[in-house]
Amino acid sequence: MSEKKYNDLKNVSDVVISTRIRFARNLREYPFPCRLSDEKKRKVASIVKEAVLEGHSAISHRFRYIQMSELTQEEAVSLVERHLVSPEFISDRQGRGLLLLDDESVSIMINEEDHVRIQVINSGMKLDDAYDMADKIDTLLDEQLNFAFHEKLGYLTQCPTNIGTGMRASLMLHLPALMESGAMGKISASLSKLGLVIRGLYGEGSDPNGAIYQLSNQVTLGITEKEAIKNLRDIACQLVTQERNARQNLIGNINILDNIYRSFGILQYARLLSNHESMKLLSQVRFGVEAGLFENIDFDTINRLFIEIQPATLMKNIGKKLTPAERDRIRAELVRTALIQPKIPTSHRLEK
Amino acid sequence: MLCQSCEKKQATTHIKTILNGELKEYNLCSECAQKLGYNSFYSGFGFDLDKLFGSFMEGIGTVKTKKRCQCCGSSFEDIAKSGKVGCAECYDTFYDELMPSIQRIHGRTSHTGKLAHSAGTEVRIKNEIARCRSELEQAIKAQEFEKAAELRDRIIELEKNGKE
Repeated sequence: MSEKKYNDLKNVSDVVISTRIRFARNLREYPFPCRLSDEKKRKVASIVKEAVLEGHSAISHRFRYIQMSELTQEEAVSLVERHLVSPEFISDRQGRGLLLLDDESVSIMINEEDHVRIQVINSGMKLDDAYDMADKIDTLLDEQLNFAFHEKLGYLTQCPTNIGTGMRASLMLHLPALMESGAMGKISASLSKLGLVIRGLYGEGSDPNGAIYQLSNQVTLGITEKEAIKNLRDIACQLVTQERNARQNLIGNINILDNIYRSFGILQYARLLSNHESMKLLSQVRFGVEAGLFENIDFDTINRLFIEIQPATLMKNIGKKLTPAERDRIRAELVRTALIQPKIPTSHRLEK
Repeated sequence: MLCQSCEKKQATTHIKTILNGELKEYNLCSECAQKLGYNSFYSGFGFDLDKLFGSFMEGIGTVKTKKRCQCCGSSFEDIAKSGKVGCAECYDTFYDELMPSIQRIHGRTSHTGKLAHSAGTEVRIKNEIARCRSELEQAIKAQEFEKAAELRDRIIELEKNGKE
């Protein structure tokens, strides 16, 4: 990586995959979802749906309403794979509804843990943009819905871990070098002292599949939204610098380099790819792109593949149910066509 | 149920996740949950579930009227056991019982962020004054005296409005 790129904290797409802002809100007149019957949940859903779709906002007509109980299992799981809803949200779909913006950058979950969860997702690090959007939608809805608010405790939520701002800001990070060098345990421990939390996004182990992590704020009471976001951004920038340092150290290592090129070779020629294997290999190739080894693969292609190779999303896009073996075949095809013949820069063709 | 990560301690945190296209639930002890970066409500909440059940059993013999939320009918035991507050009014009904846990989770006890539509003008003014004060402190530290003077005037004006 060039010196200029290396110190650039404005463009951090080599490390930051996406930004998410989520607000938790509840209607004052109704008990929280854990105390609501399915019938009352449907009532809440129809009130929120109307407030969004019939609202005076310029984007009202761009939302579509999805009744969760009407989706197939694959469609529901695919929403989680695309990060539009939480796993919790599809575990019991009765009485739950989703409002989705046409470009899928905004999703409003109804009757998840709270009556309303407004979520905005942007690619790269765009905390301010995502916050402004969520804030705008929240203000519009608050005028019509009268959100539960306490003068001392702020916005009230079903779980006390969310009261106050009700805001969770997260960044999805690709940290292959920090994971490889075994630094994540220490980092995670020191982050919790700063009111932030980091965890693997895929798989349940301490070495998450694809080296993809999610960094979020933990404290929501006694801190303003702007302060929480600034905190998150400052820490994320430190992590970006640490990750870049670790990458520079690792990329000179022939074993690491070998691993990246081998991963690329497999992805280019394999005819069967499991989900787990392709995540692992794509992560290696992304590492290679970050280090400037592959010229015409961009981050968007790999970020898109991370999602499109997931089982339910794969089936949704094909439009039919597939056996795991069929999925592996189609997945390999998908990856192969996406990574077709990128030019390897001459400087890297002959290893010194 | 034992923790699926360390296989030693009792699992108290249940995490739903998607693994290979299927919804899975993981059961973790609070320590492993913390380590893997999940907000463990119980570890923050500080309830010893066994003790809680114990005191619950004691209550059965004696006729003891338990405080319940007028709006949703939750008792504090319901909230502590599930980790879920029943409704907005519960926060008033069980304010004193919830406060220690809230302080443990967040380290602070009063909201300083965005205000809802329903918040009264008094709160709005109080909040605005608090915001100006913290900005004033920073301005003085940074020796931005012009900005500090502006903020000072704004605070005086706000305080006057608040009294009216």
